[in-house]
Amino acid sequence: MGTKPRTDLLSGTLDMLVLKTLTRGHMHGYAISQLIQQLSDDLLRVEEGSLYPALQRLELNGWIDGEWGLSANNRRARFYRLTADGRKHLSDEAARYRQVTGAVARVMGFA
Amino acid sequence: LAGSRWTRVRRRVRYWLSHRRRERWLSEEIGFHLKAMVDDLMARGVPEREAWAQAQRKFGDMTGTVEDARATWIARWMSDLLQDFRHTRRGMRREIGFTGFVLLIAGLGIGVSSTVFSVVNAVLLRPLPFRDPSALVWISNDGRNNEEWTTQVGHFVDVRAASTSFVDMAGWTGFYHVGDSELTGVGEPERLTSVPVTANFFSFLGVEPALGRTFTQEEGRGRLSSPPAVILSHGFWTRRFAADPTIVGQTLTLNRAPVTVIGVLPASFDFTSVFAPGTSVDVFIPWPLTDETNRQGNTMKVLGRLKPGITVPHAQADLTTLAKQIESQHRDRNGFAPRVTALETRVSGSVGPALVVLAGAVGLVMLIVCANLSSLQLARLGARQKEMALRVALGAGRLRLLRQLLTESIALACGGALVGLGLAVAGTREVAHLNAVSLPLLTAVGIDGRAMLFTLVAGVLFGVLPALSVRTVTVCDELKEGTRGTTRGGRAWVGSSLVVGEIALALTLLVGTGLLSRSFLRVLDVNLGFRPALASALRVDPSFKFMSFDEQNAYIDDVLARTRALPGLMAAGFSDALPFAGDRSWGVRAQGQVYPKGQMPEAFIRVVSDGYFEAAGIPVRAGRSFTGRDRATSEPVVLVNETLARTLWPGQPAVGQTVALDGGRRVIGVVADVRHQALEEVGGSEMYLPMRQTSDYDQMDLVVRATLPEPALTAQVRAALRPIDPNLPVHAFQPLQELVDRAVSPRKFLVVLLAGFAGFALLLASLGIYALISQSVNQRTQEIGIRMALGASAADVQRRILLGTLGLAGLGLVLGLAISRFLTVALASLLFGVTPGDPATFLGMAGLLTAVAVLAGYVPAWRASRIDPMVTLRSN
Repeated sequence: MGTKPRTDLLSGTLDMLVLKTLTRGHMHGYAISQLIQQLSDDLLRVEEGSLYPALQRLELNGWIDGEWGLSANNRRARFYRLTADGRKHLSDEAARYRQVTGAVARVMGFA
Repeated sequence: LAGSRWTRVRRRVRYWLSHRRRERWLSEEIGFHLKAMVDDLMARGVPEREAWAQAQRKFGDMTGTVEDARATWIARWMSDLLQDFRHTRRGMRREIGFTGFVLLIAGLGIGVSSTVFSVVNAVLLRPLPFRDPSALVWISNDGRNNEEWTTQVGHFVDVRAASTSFVDMAGWTGFYHVGDSELTGVGEPERLTSVPVTANFFSFLGVEPALGRTFTQEEGRGRLSSPPAVILSHGFWTRRFAADPTIVGQTLTLNRAPVTVIGVLPASFDFTSVFAPGTSVDVFIPWPLTDETNRQGNTMKVLGRLKPGITVPHAQADLTTLAKQIESQHRDRNGFAPRVTALETRVSGSVGPALVVLAGAVGLVMLIVCANLSSLQLARLGARQKEMALRVALGAGRLRLLRQLLTESIALACGGALVGLGLAVAGTREVAHLNAVSLPLLTAVGIDGRAMLFTLVAGVLFGVLPALSVRTVTVCDELKEGTRGTTRGGRAWVGSSLVVGEIALALTLLVGTGLLSRSFLRVLDVNLGFRPALASALRVDPSFKFMSFDEQNAYIDDVLARTRALPGLMAAGFSDALPFAGDRSWGVRAQGQVYPKGQMPEAFIRVVSDGYFEAAGIPVRAGRSFTGRDRATSEPVVLVNETLARTLWPGQPAVGQTVALDGGRRVIGVVADVRHQALEEVGGSEMYLPMRQTSDYDQMDLVVRATLPEPALTAQVRAALRPIDPNLPVHAFQPLQELVDRAVSPRKFLVVLLAGFAGFALLLASLGIYALISQSVNQRTQEIGIRMALGASAADVQRRILLGTLGLAGLGLVLGLAISRFLTVALASLLFGVTPGDPATFLGMAGLLTAVAVLAGYVPAWRASRIDPMVTLRSN
């Protein structure tokens, strides 16, 4: 059985988006996916099958911290919070992403 | 960055360790996600049922998501491995009998072999606990009949000065005795064992004192009777002075003279375990190399340290030449024929063959264990073929399946190794504390990591092998064969040869054990020349020094009279040399007889009083024994043993003859030979001097024959003797039987261990037979059913199966007898009173093994004969 293809987002980009989302405060996985969808005007849809591996990966790297809390309608949910390391990683990634997209845009003649 | 990688690894391990909880969290989290989706959908007016369906559809494969997410922190191969282990554990729990059995067998095998290899390693392989031990040699003085004699001080001094082969030489006096010094003054008076050593002894061996210093050259020049300094053994320091660190510099009263403690030896230095196994030493005093000690004759045990590049034969040649020169310059001294042996060889020499036998035996046991594990695995995998085939059919990869089998085998082997480790730890601890056994270096026995690892690897390998071999057959053929109840020639052949091998090896062990047990019984049956039952001995040297014969004899008379007056005492007498201790010997000649130099008969000298022969149970063969009237003032007399009588006066009565000693001593009687050196050796010539006519002895043991049990005996004798010498340190009586037991302890140690191994091997072989026959009966149920349906009787079926068993056993026996015949020759040096080819032992053991084989085969045969043909035929 192979890994699920991550069709909708550039590899590594999902991580960056999750981290960026979490700069707005701590939230659970569902909220993260909803927020990304909203902020991208429904253009970016986060597959659940990609979100949770990403969350595990980020937590393993120490960029986010998960802890149990209560959701708005009083359900037990796991809330994630950006760590100092995560913040640093996010700015690195954002810089790198800006470079790459800038380069792509120049090649494509968008700029 | 390295730091962050490290924290990531740590976090990964932490996640991995708590994988169960994390998996639960993950699915809970995803459950929440689903509910949140449903909530949203319902808020938009979708009915609940429809909302759930949509959410689930959207979410897709939930299990897959969980697995993918989990895969970020737990590698897939690892989770597979965990699954294998879970599977194995479930399997183990399902077949608890099989598992327990395998663990037990593997554990016993691994435990026993690790223990024995640890002992062998400590005694035979590990270097002695001294600096550069390979350069150390033992220099003995070759006596007649290959006897090993001690060396005279003068020879030692001259050889040490002149030899060019040695960095240095050192030595100690071989004539120290257990409890021959007396500690008085502070605290309870106590008899100590003190060993006089040359001043350079400790620096020579490279032993650094734990406290203080070792002897100086000055201290090595005093008088032996009043040593200026004493060094304490670690054990004595701990026991008597509670490891008092200020002990150095204090003065003790040793043999009524003050002596300064100058040092304490380290715990790692164990003189007795190397040089005098099974005994203990309390203190060391200097052995002066002076005319005084030279006059004592052959006294020293000598060690040498070879110069780099000098070999033992070279040193031997050098010493032989040198000794001849020195001998010719000093005709007044005793002979000196040095023999050089590597110290390591010498120390382990006496027990070497026994340990090699043990190691060999344990190797055989391990082989049988491995064969047994293999055949058990074979049988078990045979029974699981359908399960395996099914799993392959359902798509389990071949590698995946193989890996599962390997995991199972390794888990079993490791479990067995764990059991074995426990046994080995207990076993080595037990062996290291076997004080009753006089084997060298036993205290140094500790569990040996390499031995453990070696046996563990062997265990794992043999657990794995069957899995490897079986697999090839299993998957390919099983489904095709279906449930047809035929025997499969190939695998049956492997199983049978394993069992034949087990039987052969078990027989080899049984024969070896049988031969050694018979030897042991023969040794116990030997006529010792004395009767240890009811006899016991007590060291009773007075706390004062005899100034005259009158004083000495008054003490002897007094002690004997008071002791003999006690109720329950049948005899009492003194001796200076208890059995298996003391090997002082002199040249003796019959009056008027002249012997060429070096040809004079040699006899062991015992100084005894009247009553000793009765107490020790030594029969008088001719003439009379000593009486209380053989005193300093009466005619000088002597007793000889039968061997000496024959040697000095062949063909004539010895009684009435005269021995040229102290101006002529008349032989008044002949006593029986006593096995004084070892039970296995005849005692040689012995001469007994009456204690009241000499002061030439250095210990007094009171030997009594009494029906009085301990501790009443000691208490009564102590009370009886107190008026004579209130300071007399009295320990408990030591039964002479204890001395005998100690003398046979190494042999007993060997026999008991071997018997254990052989019993274990027999058990394993019978289990192997049982397993094999049961398996073949199970596989042939239908065949047997058909036979019975066609008219075979239960007895026929039983006979067929038993005949098959006997065929296997017969093959194993023939093989085993051949191997035994070949191997037992190596036992020759350990046998006593039986030949290596002893037919009774061979036949007896073969018979025993056959009986066990028949028994092991009978159970499945009986079960087969109870097969109901209708049931088996219908079941297909």
